[in-house]
Formats: sequence, C-alpha cells, structure tokens
Amino acid sequence: MTVATMRSALNAGLRRALSEDGDVVLIGEDIGRLGGVFRVTDGLQDEFGPRRVVDAPLAEGAIVGTAIGLAYRGFRPVVEIQFDGFIYPAMDQIVTQLAKLHYRTRGQVRFPVTIRMPFGGGVGAVEHHSESPEAYFAHTPGLRVVTCATPQDAYDMLRQSISDDDPVIFLEPKRRYHTRGELDESVSGRVLHPLHEGRVLRAGSDVTLVVYGALVQTALDAAEAAAAEGVSLEVIDLRSLSPVDDRLIEDSVVRTGRLVVAHEAPLQGGVGASIVAAVTDRCFEFLEAPPTIIAGFDTPYPPAKLERHYVPDLDRILDGVDRVLGRPHAGVEKP
Amino acid sequence: MTRTSPWWTDGDETIALVSEDGERIPHPELDTMITDLTIDDLRGLYRDMAVVRRIDTEATALQRQGELGLWAPLLGQEAAQVGSARALRTDDFVFSSYREHAVAHLRGAKPVELLRMCRGTAHSGWDPLEIRMAPMQIIIGAQTLHAVGYGMGIRNQESDDVAVTYFGDGATSQGSVSEAMVFAASFNLPVLFFCQNNQYAISEPVGLQSRAPLAQRALGFGIPAIRIDGNDVLAALAATRFALAHIREHGAPVFIEAITYRMGPHTTSDDPSRYRPEQELEDWRTRDPLLRLERLLAAADESTGLRDLADSESDEIARVLREECLALSDPDPEEIFAHVYSTEHRVIDRQRSFLSAYLGMFEEEGS
Ligand SMILES: Cc1ncc(C[n+]2csc(CCOP(=O)(O)OP(=O)(O)O)c2C)c(N)n1
Repeated sequence: MTVATMRSALNAGLRRALSEDGDVVLIGEDIGRLGGVFRVTDGLQDEFGPRRVVDAPLAEGAIVGTAIGLAYRGFRPVVEIQFDGFIYPAMDQIVTQLAKLHYRTRGQVRFPVTIRMPFGGGVGAVEHHSESPEAYFAHTPGLRVVTCATPQDAYDMLRQSISDDDPVIFLEPKRRYHTRGELDESVSGRVLHPLHEGRVLRAGSDVTLVVYGALVQTALDAAEAAAAEGVSLEVIDLRSLSPVDDRLIEDSVVRTGRLVVAHEAPLQGGVGASIVAAVTDRCFEFLEAPPTIIAGFDTPYPPAKLERHYVPDLDRILDGVDRVLGRPHAGVEKP
Repeated sequence: MTRTSPWWTDGDETIALVSEDGERIPHPELDTMITDLTIDDLRGLYRDMAVVRRIDTEATALQRQGELGLWAPLLGQEAAQVGSARALRTDDFVFSSYREHAVAHLRGAKPVELLRMCRGTAHSGWDPLEIRMAPMQIIIGAQTLHAVGYGMGIRNQESDDVAVTYFGDGATSQGSVSEAMVFAASFNLPVLFFCQNNQYAISEPVGLQSRAPLAQRALGFGIPAIRIDGNDVLAALAATRFALAHIREHGAPVFIEAITYRMGPHTTSDDPSRYRPEQELEDWRTRDPLLRLERLLAAADESTGLRDLADSESDEIARVLREECLALSDPDPEEIFAHVYSTEHRVIDRQRSFLSAYLGMFEEEGS
C-alpha cells in the first residue's frame, strides 16, 4: 500500500496492463515522448517502445478508427483523447462503428477498445477543455461508460476496462489528477469491485446523494457539512454511467425516501435525468419528495471566470438536499 | 539556384527573398510583387514584428503573473504572420487558429481583445465582422472548412475578396483540413490556405504528420502551392500577394507553406525541454525573423535607430495591454446565459432565474 495521485495510479495501471498483456497498445497525441499533456503515460514509451505506446498524427477520428482495426487484428487498444472537447472528430467512428461492430458481426469479433479522456471543469481552462460529454456516450448502445474518483479506483477500473471485451469510455476527472489517496497495486487476495457497480461511500438515512467523477469528493464534503446540521446523507459513487447500477440506488432510495443526483454535465438528456426517471418509475411509493438533479446549466461551458457559478459545488448540492427535505431553497432547477 | 516560378514543382526548395545574412535574393516573379516597397515600408515591417513580439512577451509575462489562464506564444513566427497579414485587403476574411496574434493585431484587434479569451472573461476577444477575422479556433483544423464556405459565398456573389485560413503543420493531419482542400478545389473557391509549419504540434515533430513536404499535399488535391521561408517577412509578403492576386483573378484556391519555428513553448503550460533538443532552438535563433530584416536594412545603411523606434512603440503598446488586461473584470454571472440562443428560450430563462435566486440567498445571508 502506498499513497499516490490519481495521475500516477493511472500511469501504474497502464504500465501493468502493458506488461501483463502483449496485445495492449496505447495510441494518442503526445503520449510518447511528452508522456501526455497530463503526464498520465509518462515513461511508458521508453519502457515499452514506440510500437506499443504510439504517438499518433493529429487526428482523433483516425486514432479511434485505427484502434478498431487493431482490435480486428486481435489487439487491445487504449486510446488517449487529449481533452474532452476534442473527442468530437472521433464521434463518427465511435458511434457508427466502435459501438455497433460487435452487434453487426453478431458477436464474431470483439472490440476491446478503451478510450480514456480527461473530463470536467474547474481548472480555469479555455473553451473545449472543461466539458462533460458523458451523456452522448451513455446514450449510445454498445458502449460501457465508466469514471473513477479515487487513485485506487483509477488503477483498478482502468485495468478492468482494458481487459473488458467491450468498448469502454473511461472518463478521468481532470481536476482530481493530483488528488492523493491510498493505492494497493497487489493483485492476489484483493477482490476487485465489479466494473459496472457503484459504491456506497458513506452510509446515511435521510437523503441518497448520487454523484460520480470529480463531484464525489464534493459530495463527501457536503455530507460532512450536512451531518453537522443533523442531516444524514448517503453518498453513492456511481462509477459506471452505462450501465447504471440501479439496484444500488433503488436500495438506498427505498431506505431514505429522498434522492439528489449531481453532475457537472448539462441537465437536459443527462445521466441524472435517466436515473431520476428510473427511480420514479420503480420506487415511486417509497419517495417522500420529488427527486432532484443538481447539474451544470444548459449552456455551453462558460469562460473560466464564470465556471464557479456553473459547476455544482458543496452549497448547490446542499441546496438540492434542502429542497428534497422540504426546507427553504433557491428554486426549481428544472428545464 | 533561383526558381523561375513560385509554384511548387518538386524537390524541397523553399523560397527566400532575404538570406539569413540579410542579403537580398532575387526571384523573378515574387520580386515583381514588392517593387513598391520603400525603405520606410521595410522599417514598418520591422516595427510590426517588434511590436507583436512585445505583445507576445508581455502576454506571456501576464500569464506567468497569474493574470491570464494560458497563452500560446507566437515567438519566432512574426515574419510569417506579419508578412502574410500585411498582404491582405481589409475586406478579406481570416479564419485562424489560436496563435495568430500578429494577424489579429494587424487586422485591428485592440490589445486587450487579444487577451480576453486567455483571461477567461469571454470565449472570444473581438467582433469578427468588424475586423473580418473569426474568433480564435481551438479545435484543430475546424476553421479551414469555414473558410471554404465563406469562399463559396464570395464566389456566389461574384466578389473578388478572399477567405484566408491559417493553420499549423499538425492540423494538416485532421480530416477537416483534407476535406477543406477537397471542397475548395472541387468548387474552385477563392480560399488561401496558409500553413505555418513551425515544426511541432505540441511535442510531435512535423515528420510524424507527413513524410512529404506539406506543400506537396496540396498538389494532390489539385491546389497550386508555394513553399516559402517563413522567417523571411519579404517572402511571406510577396508570396501572399502573389497568391491573392492569383486567387482574385482565377477564383481558385492556393496553398502556402511557410517554414518557420516555434521558439517558445506550445503554450505556457508546455515544457518543450521534454521533447526538443536545446541545440535545435539555438540553430533557429540564428534565423530569427527580426534579425534578418535588421541585417537587410543594415546592409543598406538604413538600420539607424530601428530598434529604438520599435522599442518605444512597443513599450507603449505593452503598457496599454497590461493596463487593459488588469482592468478586465470578471463578468456578471448572468453572462453564463447570454447568447446561448438569439431569441428567448424557456430552459435558459428558468435556469437564469434559478441562479439569480440562488445567489440572492447568499446576499440575504450576508446582509
Ligand atoms: C481536435 C483537437 N485535437 C487536439 C487538440 C489539442 N491540441 C492543441 S494544439 C495542438 C497541436 C497543434 O499543432 P499545429 O497544428 O502544428 O499548430 P501549432 O500549435 O504548432 O501552431 C493539439 C494537439 C485540439 N486543440 N483540437
């Protein structure tokens, strides 16, 4: 057990995947000599050579298309997209090809492609560097979509994603790259949490609070603050956005009767909306209040000087908690 | 050997009109493009380059001092940008990437407008229709297609202005840039593709993007190409004038590859020591674009007071730049919702009211 940043945990996870499986190939822009703009692939090209850690020409569509071809040939490609906002030139290959090829080939060909990308805001960046595009992927059948919130999950989930036989969109909460936490790199004797399951990080009885990615820490802080006021929040780290671990959420909501989902992505058509729809459908009689979603607004991600008003923070989450508890609150954040 | 035609033929020749030592190299066709240039004009080009270098240095300093979130320095690319931008007409329209600060400055963007995006107060700095230049483009290659569409509009209206798009060597790998060349060639549109080959796309050397000279790529699309020494402001000016004259006359696209060098980091977040040999930078320092023009002027005994004059103008612009930057205050939270749509939108209205009520709660608490 060591203490590591999420960035170095991801680096260790990639190193382990590369050394354990000769079919794993990394491909992306600036991932070789530079080690990626966030240094997640630091040192890997030196260690594994330029055929396994590939600096690609500047073309995201070509990178994902090439990964698909590598998969046809039996490889396990791991793609790095430099920033969330640069995934869009690759959307065609992802949506019309990668997501559908297993279905199209009637299961005869596997496409174990992992697409890693930093996502989310809060880092003071210029346009296209702070987006939360997860809903596009969660909306696309054939893709698994996951995200991590701790160094340990970063390490484990990345390795699980790479060994998964389906395409996985692996979202890395960029403003937590430097967050430290415990990291156990041993394999034996450690039972890995299933990739598609969420996790209760803090048990509570009054309100279920569902979050993922960078907001997990914010939610834990909010739970601490709420506890000081006598309100008990149950915090669930969703981890998998497709499929969503609905059983875990429902079990919790049945006990608490109240649900708040928070994410940075815009509200409309988002991950929160489908969770609330499912809970309303299946747990209606247990609900004591309408569930609520605390989300980014339905606007483009704003310039850096405005992002503190856009990204849900501790207070915005607690405002949602007040709302489901029937206390005074700011209003209804609904479309 | 002197080339008789500026159009790309074969080999890897690059046209320069001024040698590294400041000697004038004749070129039969490009020379005809700059016969009007007086010594004062040359001194003006020097001043332009010195001023944009100073703007760039000041912005880099502002970033280091925490006043800007980021800056993409143009250091080393002054000649390519100043030479080409000085060849444009005011009614031409520019679609650039994020490093063309000199072009924006010469199009008429105010110093502070160059900084607004990097200060994080807005996503763009200037009024695109006023200075006829689209906002900086971060998505690599996207702007080249916009130039094509603009060029289609010019053609349909039978006008003789030109859509000019600037992009990097890395951008040439994007599908969008190839698609732009297909469309421009296929429809025969008045578009100038101006590629600044500064040798790197962040850490990736140009050899990773293309085995062949980039100018040759244009030929494959049926677009004539000129390859110039991008650190020679006269070559940049003459080649761009030549290309624009051709485009205006024939309404057909031209590609210019300007060979230059990014002497600074990719952006202020980058650490080029991880991928770039120090010696390479030293070699390119001897080809500094300002130095070259200064040598040309010195050879003609016309460089007296050149630096002093440029410095005093630069000082003044840098002072204004800094002052205006520091005066750029944080926008009102309402701005988040402004301009998402051009007309009323229910979702936006509700969310705006929410945020205002929400922020109001804190004010009540505070009072
Ligand atoms: C679609 C897209 N992918 C990746 C990036 C990240 N990125 C920003 S600049 C850059 C390199 C661009 O190189 P080049 O086109 O040569 O222009 P230069 O920066 O050298 O001026 C990259 C990869 C981006 N902005 N957009």
